[in-house]
Amino acid sequence: MYRETQIIKHAQKASSNGGNLEEAGDLVINVGPQHPSTHGVLHLVITLHGETIKNVEPHLGYIHRSIEKMCESLSYRQFIYVTSRMDYLSSHINNHGCAMCVEKGLQVEIPPRAKVIRVLMDELTRLASHQLWWGAMAMDVGALTPFFHAFREREMINDIMEETCGARLTMNYMVPGGVMYDIHPNFQKRVKEFIEEFKKKIDEYDELVTGNIIFQNRMKGVGYLTKEDAISYGCTGPTARGSGVSCDIRKLYPYEVYDQVQFNEIIETDGDCFARYLVRMQEMRQSLSMVEQLIDNIPEGDFQAKTKAVLKLPKGEFYSKIETARGEFGVYIVSEGGTTPYRIKFRSPGFSNLSALNHMAKGYKIGDLVAIMGTLDLVIPDIDR
Amino acid sequence: MTNEALKIKLPELIPSVVFEEGGEWITAFVDASAWKTIAQQLRSNEDFQFDYLFCVTCVDWKTHLTMVYHLTSTIYRHSLVIKAKLDRNNPEIETVSDIWRTAEFHEREAYDLFGVKFLHHPDLRRLLLTDDFDGYPLRKDFEDPINMIKL
Amino acid sequence: MKNENEILNESKVSPFGEDSERASVAFPGEVHPTAGGGILLSKLDEVINWARSNSLWPLVFGTSCCAIEMMSTAAAKYDWSRFGFEVARATPRQADVIIIAGTIVNKMAPVLKRLYDQMPDPKYVIAMGACATSGGPFFYNTYSVVKGADHIIPVDVYIAGCPPRPEALLHALITLQQKIKSGATREQIRNGIGN
Repeated sequence: MYRETQIIKHAQKASSNGGNLEEAGDLVINVGPQHPSTHGVLHLVITLHGETIKNVEPHLGYIHRSIEKMCESLSYRQFIYVTSRMDYLSSHINNHGCAMCVEKGLQVEIPPRAKVIRVLMDELTRLASHQLWWGAMAMDVGALTPFFHAFREREMINDIMEETCGARLTMNYMVPGGVMYDIHPNFQKRVKEFIEEFKKKIDEYDELVTGNIIFQNRMKGVGYLTKEDAISYGCTGPTARGSGVSCDIRKLYPYEVYDQVQFNEIIETDGDCFARYLVRMQEMRQSLSMVEQLIDNIPEGDFQAKTKAVLKLPKGEFYSKIETARGEFGVYIVSEGGTTPYRIKFRSPGFSNLSALNHMAKGYKIGDLVAIMGTLDLVIPDIDR
Repeated sequence: MTNEALKIKLPELIPSVVFEEGGEWITAFVDASAWKTIAQQLRSNEDFQFDYLFCVTCVDWKTHLTMVYHLTSTIYRHSLVIKAKLDRNNPEIETVSDIWRTAEFHEREAYDLFGVKFLHHPDLRRLLLTDDFDGYPLRKDFEDPINMIKL
Repeated sequence: MKNENEILNESKVSPFGEDSERASVAFPGEVHPTAGGGILLSKLDEVINWARSNSLWPLVFGTSCCAIEMMSTAAAKYDWSRFGFEVARATPRQADVIIIAGTIVNKMAPVLKRLYDQMPDPKYVIAMGACATSGGPFFYNTYSVVKGADHIIPVDVYIAGCPPRPEALLHALITLQQKIKSGATREQIRNGIGN
């Protein structure tokens, strides 16, 4: 960890920076770990020449809670809820991915009602996550008002979740086999009210921020990521879709009822910050239309398939992918036949998205770095696990 | 390409591959010493074009370590799992971070948590733990009586 | 004939009624009515404590999930600037209270200590959530989590919950305000004197 600001006094070849020549007059500064716009505890060591960035080196581990080691001593029903705390903005979707992996191992079939409820909860969570992203991104770039607008709408989703699942942020609602309990009788009415309200508000979001000339000047032409680089760096989600990579797991490997719901995969080809911003804004509209299609068509039936109380997965390896608000979340379980997993690996989307930061930020200014990090939509506990 | 077609084509490229049964994707064991050339061929060969490495894991099997690479192709949409056995006392394998840039961070994490050395990696340092951490925590024989409170 | 204090409280009462919290944020002092106005008598300690407790500036320090509930408390529905926490400062040099929202791990612990040291006196600490109180869900079988933020810095108020609701955080802030107004130190409160 760098303990003080360094001013490079004489030119030296830095071997640890991949061969970057450090000229005289370069400045090495720390951004974070405690910083208002790093979205968590991220420590960046930036080499600057004046205000131009020459190298960004992320230092991780400030929220490494050893989740993978801990899960080796938790049962298959217990470890699902720890993943709520990893990417806490798409906690339903993380839980869903883990439950899908366990179901793959148990080879259990989920009832249709549970499938539709799961997809509804996923899309509402995606909406809530994108709302918070929008508010926080605008706050980073300098506009404070959208933050309050975003949280006002997010509270409506939180209230809906609280009525059905019991919690506002870390809703432990998915179980292997279905969902934990049936939806509340008020659920459909409240979701319909929310849809009506949010349709007007999302146009307000576009009016407030997207068309703003200052915002556009800060976003356009900044942080280019080409399509080949996006694939090579392993970027997924809106980060890669803003560069033209078609990687939506809901379309490529459909799960639950995504093959029966009408929605578009949003792809922009520019590759700069504004393209990634537009991808997320349009994804919010697509999620809203998906919720509208499904809310009236929840089939009757069980909400949970019958499974044993103590789950034992057969010997083998299982991998399942799911599309969170940030990208592809993968759960890889290696099982030796016992009641606890032998090894679990969580392939988090932020880990790969962050590795492209250095490449994207070279040559731009410090203010652009904040805009680039905003469009990457990083949640650091997701990266550190 | 389907799984069956991959199973026929892979031994043409890599004669020494050994397949493992089970799982939804083809799982192939390769030699750790030959990994780099195999990876380059998997990336550049016309029929395969595995350009997206989406998961790099290490599993500790008490007698040896195994590196697991999950690959897929964005052009043909087929997937493959490659495994390489490593010696427990001296786990070394070639890096693939110049073929797939995502491996830089993933390999640093495997080095940090398991102690696997990646030869010719541009920057092999600890990523998630403190710089002066002693030991490799995710190994099965890791003991830390002070911090780890067992249930 | 009403007591002077009652007169004082009534004059400052809000539409919510006399026994609301408004009464407790009234200025601590007695008014002696004299010709040509009045004389306000009070203890300097009480006035200083009253002023400090009604304008605590929090430091922006959120490590994980509890930070989102902290942001919700700052947003429009559960507004914490009604209680004086208007300005959330990014630098510890200008902050009064640090709200530890999230898990503290071994790598982050020296950073937290340095931030606490950089804050000027008087400073207060709120440990928000189960992770900051005692390690939370990450207590067993983890090699890198500090089991409670009070291993690093002294804590004034603990909040339970994973994550705690915004109302719980507001309750903790009001408790901190009452603690400051009482004027007692941490040791006095622990041993039962004061408050």
